[in-house]
Amino acid sequence: MGKTKDKSGPLARRPDNSAFKQQRLPAWSPMLTANTVLPFFYLLAVICMLLGVWLLLLVQSTQEIKLDYTDLGNCNECFDLRRNVSNAVQTCSCRVEFSIDKSLKGDVFFYYGLKNFHQNLRRYMDSRDDGQTLGRIKKLKNPSSYCAPFDKDNDGVPIAPCGAIANSMFNDSFTLNYHLSSSRIVPVPLLRTGLTWYTDKNVKFRNPRADNLTLAEVFEGTRPPLYWQKPVYSLDPHDPNNNGFINEDLIVWMREAAFPNFKKLYGILNRADPIFEKGLPKGNYTIDISYNFPVQHFQGRKGVVLTTLTWFGGQNHFLPIAYLVTSSLILLTAVVLTVAWWKFGKDGKNMKE
Amino acid sequence: MARDGEDTGMAKASKAKRQRKKKPKENKTRTVHANIHYDNAKGEENPNRHYASNKIKTTKYTVLSFLPKNLFEQFHRFANVYFVFIALLNFVPVVNAFQPELALAPVVFILSVTAIKDLWEDYRRHRSDKEINHMDCLVYSREAKRYVEKYWKELRVGDFIRLRCNEILPADILLLTSSDPDHLCHIETATLDGETNLKQRQIVRSFFDLDCDFDPLKFSSIIECEKPNNDLNRFRGYIIHRNGRRDALHKENLLLRGCTVRNTEEAVGIVIYAGHETKAMLNNNGPRYKRSKLERQMNVDVFWCAFILLVLCLFVAVGHGLWMFQYGDKRPVFDVLSPEGTDLSLVMSVIYLFLTMIIVFQVLIPISLFVSIEIVKICQVYFIHQDMDLYDEETDSQLQCRALNITEDLGQMQYIFSDKTGTLTENKMVFRRCTVAGVEYSHDANARRIAMYQEIDSEEEEFMSHGGTLPRRDSVTSHQSGRVVLRSHSTKSHRRTGSRAEAKRASILSKHTAFSSPMEKDVTPDPQLLDRVNECSSQLDFMRFHHQSMSHLPSGLSDIIDFFIALTICNTVVVTSPNQPRHKVRTRFELKSPVKTFEDFIKRFTPSRLTSGSNSSSSSSLNRSSNRGCSSLLSSPSTESTLTKLNEEHLSGTLEQAFSAFSPQYDEKPPDHPEEGELRYEAESPDEAALVYAARAYKCSLVGRLPDQVTVELPHLGKLTFELLHTLGFDSTRKRMSVVVRHPLTDQITVYTKGADSVIMNLIKPPDTGNTKGKRQKKIFCRTQNYLNLYAADGLRTLCIAKKTLSKEEYARWLQRHLEAETTIQGREELLFESALRLETNLHLLGATGVEDRLQDGVPETIATLRKAGLQIWVLTGDKQETAVNIAYACKLLDPDEEIITLNADSQEDCGVLLEESLRYIQSKFLCNSRDPSTKTFLSNIAHFEIYPQSSLSSSQTAHFMVHRLGLVIDGRTLAYALDKSLEDKFLAIARSCRSVLCCRSTPLQKSMVVKLVRNKLKVMTLAIGDGANDVSMIQVADVGVGISGQEGMQAVMASDFALPRFRYLQKLLLVHGHWCYSRLANMILYYFYKNAMLVTIVFWYQFYCGFSGSAMIDQWYLIFFNLMFSAFPQLITGTLDKDVSQETLQQLPQLYMSGQNSEEYKPYMFWMNMVDAFYQSLVCFFIPYFAYADSDVDLFTWGTPITTIALFTILMHLGIETKTWTWMNWLSIAFSVALFFTAALFYNASCPTCYSPSNSYWTIQRLLQDPLFYLLCAITPMLALLPRYFYRACQGTLFPSVAQAGRQLDKLPSDTRRNVLGLSRFKMRSLLGAGPNFLSLSKPKVSQTTTPGSSQDKQSPMKQTRKEKGQKIQLVLPHSHAPSHATHSPRLSGKPKPHSTKHSDETLPPPGPSSPSQTASPPLVKQMVSIHLNLPPDGASQCVTYTQSSEGGLRCGRVAEPAHRTVPAAERAPHTSL
Repeated sequence: MGKTKDKSGPLARRPDNSAFKQQRLPAWSPMLTANTVLPFFYLLAVICMLLGVWLLLLVQSTQEIKLDYTDLGNCNECFDLRRNVSNAVQTCSCRVEFSIDKSLKGDVFFYYGLKNFHQNLRRYMDSRDDGQTLGRIKKLKNPSSYCAPFDKDNDGVPIAPCGAIANSMFNDSFTLNYHLSSSRIVPVPLLRTGLTWYTDKNVKFRNPRADNLTLAEVFEGTRPPLYWQKPVYSLDPHDPNNNGFINEDLIVWMREAAFPNFKKLYGILNRADPIFEKGLPKGNYTIDISYNFPVQHFQGRKGVVLTTLTWFGGQNHFLPIAYLVTSSLILLTAVVLTVAWWKFGKDGKNMKE
Repeated sequence: MARDGEDTGMAKASKAKRQRKKKPKENKTRTVHANIHYDNAKGEENPNRHYASNKIKTTKYTVLSFLPKNLFEQFHRFANVYFVFIALLNFVPVVNAFQPELALAPVVFILSVTAIKDLWEDYRRHRSDKEINHMDCLVYSREAKRYVEKYWKELRVGDFIRLRCNEILPADILLLTSSDPDHLCHIETATLDGETNLKQRQIVRSFFDLDCDFDPLKFSSIIECEKPNNDLNRFRGYIIHRNGRRDALHKENLLLRGCTVRNTEEAVGIVIYAGHETKAMLNNNGPRYKRSKLERQMNVDVFWCAFILLVLCLFVAVGHGLWMFQYGDKRPVFDVLSPEGTDLSLVMSVIYLFLTMIIVFQVLIPISLFVSIEIVKICQVYFIHQDMDLYDEETDSQLQCRALNITEDLGQMQYIFSDKTGTLTENKMVFRRCTVAGVEYSHDANARRIAMYQEIDSEEEEFMSHGGTLPRRDSVTSHQSGRVVLRSHSTKSHRRTGSRAEAKRASILSKHTAFSSPMEKDVTPDPQLLDRVNECSSQLDFMRFHHQSMSHLPSGLSDIIDFFIALTICNTVVVTSPNQPRHKVRTRFELKSPVKTFEDFIKRFTPSRLTSGSNSSSSSSLNRSSNRGCSSLLSSPSTESTLTKLNEEHLSGTLEQAFSAFSPQYDEKPPDHPEEGELRYEAESPDEAALVYAARAYKCSLVGRLPDQVTVELPHLGKLTFELLHTLGFDSTRKRMSVVVRHPLTDQITVYTKGADSVIMNLIKPPDTGNTKGKRQKKIFCRTQNYLNLYAADGLRTLCIAKKTLSKEEYARWLQRHLEAETTIQGREELLFESALRLETNLHLLGATGVEDRLQDGVPETIATLRKAGLQIWVLTGDKQETAVNIAYACKLLDPDEEIITLNADSQEDCGVLLEESLRYIQSKFLCNSRDPSTKTFLSNIAHFEIYPQSSLSSSQTAHFMVHRLGLVIDGRTLAYALDKSLEDKFLAIARSCRSVLCCRSTPLQKSMVVKLVRNKLKVMTLAIGDGANDVSMIQVADVGVGISGQEGMQAVMASDFALPRFRYLQKLLLVHGHWCYSRLANMILYYFYKNAMLVTIVFWYQFYCGFSGSAMIDQWYLIFFNLMFSAFPQLITGTLDKDVSQETLQQLPQLYMSGQNSEEYKPYMFWMNMVDAFYQSLVCFFIPYFAYADSDVDLFTWGTPITTIALFTILMHLGIETKTWTWMNWLSIAFSVALFFTAALFYNASCPTCYSPSNSYWTIQRLLQDPLFYLLCAITPMLALLPRYFYRACQGTLFPSVAQAGRQLDKLPSDTRRNVLGLSRFKMRSLLGAGPNFLSLSKPKVSQTTTPGSSQDKQSPMKQTRKEKGQKIQLVLPHSHAPSHATHSPRLSGKPKPHSTKHSDETLPPPGPSSPSQTASPPLVKQMVSIHLNLPPDGASQCVTYTQSSEGGLRCGRVAEPAHRTVPAAERAPHTSL
């Protein structure tokens, strides 16, 4: 606009004859008619079909074993025991047996799963203090108000880790045994580290810095969450580096699941052992469960899952099927369109003549 | 008056006393004293201190007030309050959904964008204010005793300022002295009203006699004037001198701020109004704000959105309640207690959750929609401004959008109300013919010349017309009846295609002088009349030579000379010379007073020399000044008052003196001396200029005009100077103007009046029928009336010229009262009006003129195109019926083969019956016809083509109307009756079924009433277009007002929303820009609703999986910025640049416009369709990722982020489907959006692991980008989501393309094929377009609906009807439908036409033949014409009404008969009052 002022003479106010100003920018104007759309439709259908078939084949190659142990076998007793909150302190363990018909090849992942546990409730999700788990001393002693009412116990002592999420941490533990023969039972080695995202373990979760102090000393002056039996610094008795906020079970738990039915990684098969070099061989297995986590209150179930993965996730047939369905839908519409175009296409042609 | 007296006293009283009196708030007037008497230091003593200073401040804010004031203004918008409320809700911990600070972000963003915009605008205003305030002007300083430079802002009321040539006036200034010897100051008011001709302003009368050196120190008068007001054309007040004398002040004395001083070396004035109180500033009220139809529609849907929002929130809240209920008293471990550790009660948590959900779902109400719409509209306005096709080279003007926010309304217009003069026509008047003393001079050569202009190229035609080589047409016409004339003319008169080249050339030639293209300037004189003029003047010359009295001249001849004198002087034309267009030709120095010495001569001349340098005008005046000592006619220029002057003049002014001096000189000169031709005339109205040019063609030319005298050059007689005693200016109520002069030849005081024939003919003195002279007068009168009708039928503008001589006593009496009227402040207009009435009676008719107002370029084409676009065009004009009808034919508004219903009624009852009858006629005629259209014509197409489906949006009582091939003509009086509450419905029913409506003789108020009526009753979109002040009310009432920035000032433009240079630009403005703006905005709004609904419902579905707890898997940041940033740009680009159909096709296929009229781009169901689509898409976007991740260990945001991405892709691709044209900007914006999202996500997810609590999506996107599943999801989900829409669009495009899509298909064809298609047959195209199912479903019910009730009514109503109005004669047609009965009578000069006295032989019209009157004015070019004659029988006997169609042959006969009949109504009408 400023330019026009510079001009003078009889046509001073004449607008510029530029493509932009005259709205004549070169443009591609696709017409959505059968002629242009149909090839595209068919192409898409074919691509989706191929992709779907490929994915389906991939998914078929995976294997998964699901085991709901809520009240399976002798866990029934524990289930009943946990029904009563007052028995929370009592330990209870049970054993579940199962067999694998076809060996699980490759990396095998051991998950525990919960059903009907709403980790995604808004207030529940908010009930955490990332500052605290990041290891900030200040936050350790003075947790964020987001954690309320799990920020301090009744005595006003700060809770570490604070918040409802940590408080409700899943605390069953499992030992997987392989019945090599009817007499020989081999514990299946599970890697209990490396379960988390690298960033979680190294960036998001850190223990408070302790100069020459043991972890227990660092956490002095805090209380473990209400429902916990062990303090945070002794969560993993076997691996001292897996304690405190960087305990992997804690980190895994703290990553809130998206759905009420979810599974979380418990361990990965350690294939260093020659028996499990190629994965889990077929045979009978048992799982010893330290049954602590009550699920009755929310009509929940819990279970374990042993699975192998493809490059795009676990054994989930949905995605390949979705591709196949989409492909057939596109094909269907394309065919409909073709027929319609064939039959009534005269209209369209007429218009051009 | 008592106060006035007091003031006079006060003027002489001491300062202390003055101070006591000052209570300006109570005063109705403003008193201005000269500041010079007050010390600047003691400001409190200055009586002017209460008045605003000249510092202007148009800014809204100051630095301090900006924030609160701006926020306050913004919170007037309901949406903003809503969003702030929601943001504040976030600060309540129990309900908060987002980080509170973050929730504020969108509101703050929106508010700050608006605030920044406001701030920028305000800053610009501030800058320009500052610039203006610091301009320099010369102010008289008391200390320095001279004029010193000061800034404008330092100027105060009461200051004296000196103005130099070409200076801009800093304030409203009362002109006290001027260097101009004629006490004038010329100003150009272009900045105020756009008129480029010079205006003269006069020195206050009492300073006339002052010496050239005006000394401010001696100024002791007090000025009393009215309070500041915004009326540019009014200034009332008086000046009180020290001696107690009072002088009236007029608008002629006031120089307005913003005007430019021209042509005047120096002027001094006193500031009366300053700064914001100046008239220019008071008139300056910024752009208007209107709410467009689309926005109104949109607001309804915003409320629906709010409703949906509430429903969703309620649903979730109740769901949450149920969810909680299922757990009973035992809370699950994940159900967190309130911070206090207590359980929330079920009800409370439901309520809290409801509020939380409102926060989460807030995006459903599109926060950024309002801002986006504003941005898009600004861009649209920018593009409209930039359109080269809307730029007019001749006037160097382009379209202006004065209203910024109703661009899309342009695409939805249904009715156009147009003014005629200046809008459809050029308002460039071309003199065509005249009648003097009852004799018609047909000016055939002139007519041919004008025809030439249109055909031959410019150079040739000029030669032809100048040379006058055209064979003289020996026309018998002048003495015969006008019928032949009409015929001979009719072949040409309507071929006004007007070559553009000619117009351009003309405008370049006459860049500075308005209204003077050669076509208007060069009038080829009618040889016969020329002869008579020559004869006449030579006789006069002879008589003067022999000292004979002028009265001996035969009255016919004296009428001729008077006629031309009247044409020449009865106007306000200013004479300029073309080379120095801004400099007055000083022909008067030698006339003014005898120059005694050479020194005197030099002295008198220097000032004008200084200004003009070496110009031709001064040389010419030098030339002429040789005949010095010429006249002492006006040796004492208006000293005290005109009254005294008059007496003085008595003594000195004698006939011999008056022209003894110059006649010999001018006889020597060749009459057509080139020098003469160089004079240019600048007139306020083009009619005046046309008449002056016409008179010049007869050697009767205006050579100079001064406030008190006019100089005319006549053949043989040389220069005559008429002393101008009064000018009673033109106004629209009187419809005439008069000048009072002293005739130099007869020394009589003569009044020349010029005005509309309807007015003048009533003021003509009734002839004394006793003697022969009286009889002759009567004959002249009748003939003139006859010719006037002919002129009007020919589409010419008619003016009557009359004169009157006054005796000195009469004049003195009148003058006495007139002067009284002039000096009053209150009610001066009324008094002056009465005074004028007293003067303008008993006139002597001289003759009449016919001036042609040429149609603007491309008007017929534009009207035809607009009509094809389904627009109903009504023309509302103040012209007389015949003129209007003819113009209407010429511009194709009325079609020759179209029936015309003419409504002329004399009373309310008549009008009612008339309307009833016409309605019945329409029903009876078209109902039977419309049966076949409904069945057949959809196939045969031909009849259908003209029947436009009306928008069926509103349809109150009469559901649907078809528009028939009918024209309706109604005159102002009937219109007044028809607009009555009781009849308006009927009137509308008729009018809306007519294809075109023409309202003649309508007042500005009526115009606006018609627009209002149509707008309110029919609920249609109306556009009013006009160019003059009389259209302002109409422009303001209409939904969209368009002003033509033409030659009648800028009032219409000031009131308008859009200002066009030419009428024909309306076509592109509506068909292209209107269509684009509408479809762009409509699509954008729909898209917005879709987009927000889609995003929100995704979150909604999640509530089923999170216990209805209000958590969202889409990160709060994404959720908040999704609308604002990630998806904002592409739609803005599409909303600004998308073109559904190319402009060529839009203009060639005007039918495409109908989509906007019927709101096809944005119908209520479309909103819901979009909502449903949004639901579907969100379902897909939610559940595909859901199932893909079901049963996995996915965490919330790792799952939510792909959904966000998918939603973004889907939304962008949805836009892609809806985008019709892809420019690089579209691609860029989409790429930018995607890039922006990923960049933002990457940064956000990498920036801080703890900052964004409670949500924490640290490193999520980074991991996702390595996850193939993410890509697989992103590929399939949008595909499936968009499949239905894509499929629907493809089906639609293939099987039942909308009109617009068909147009787009045309676009794709190569240009030559396209031309073929378009050229092939228009209605074939249309039939194809109409073949779609939409169209059928739209039109079918209409037909059936109108058919059934109508036919039943048809049978019954005539019975009732006739009984009711038994014995009543109804004139359905023009009064002269009864012509046959009157025609034989000698013209009846007295008595009203009595309808009852007419014979009813024409009750049912006879078959067409010579005796059948053709009531509707038939246009010359008409080949076939159908007119309806409706006459209701006086008794109930014959109940049927006969409708006759006159065929082609019949018409011809009718036309021949016409002129004979035409005389009658005129004779009937005219003399009611005066005779």
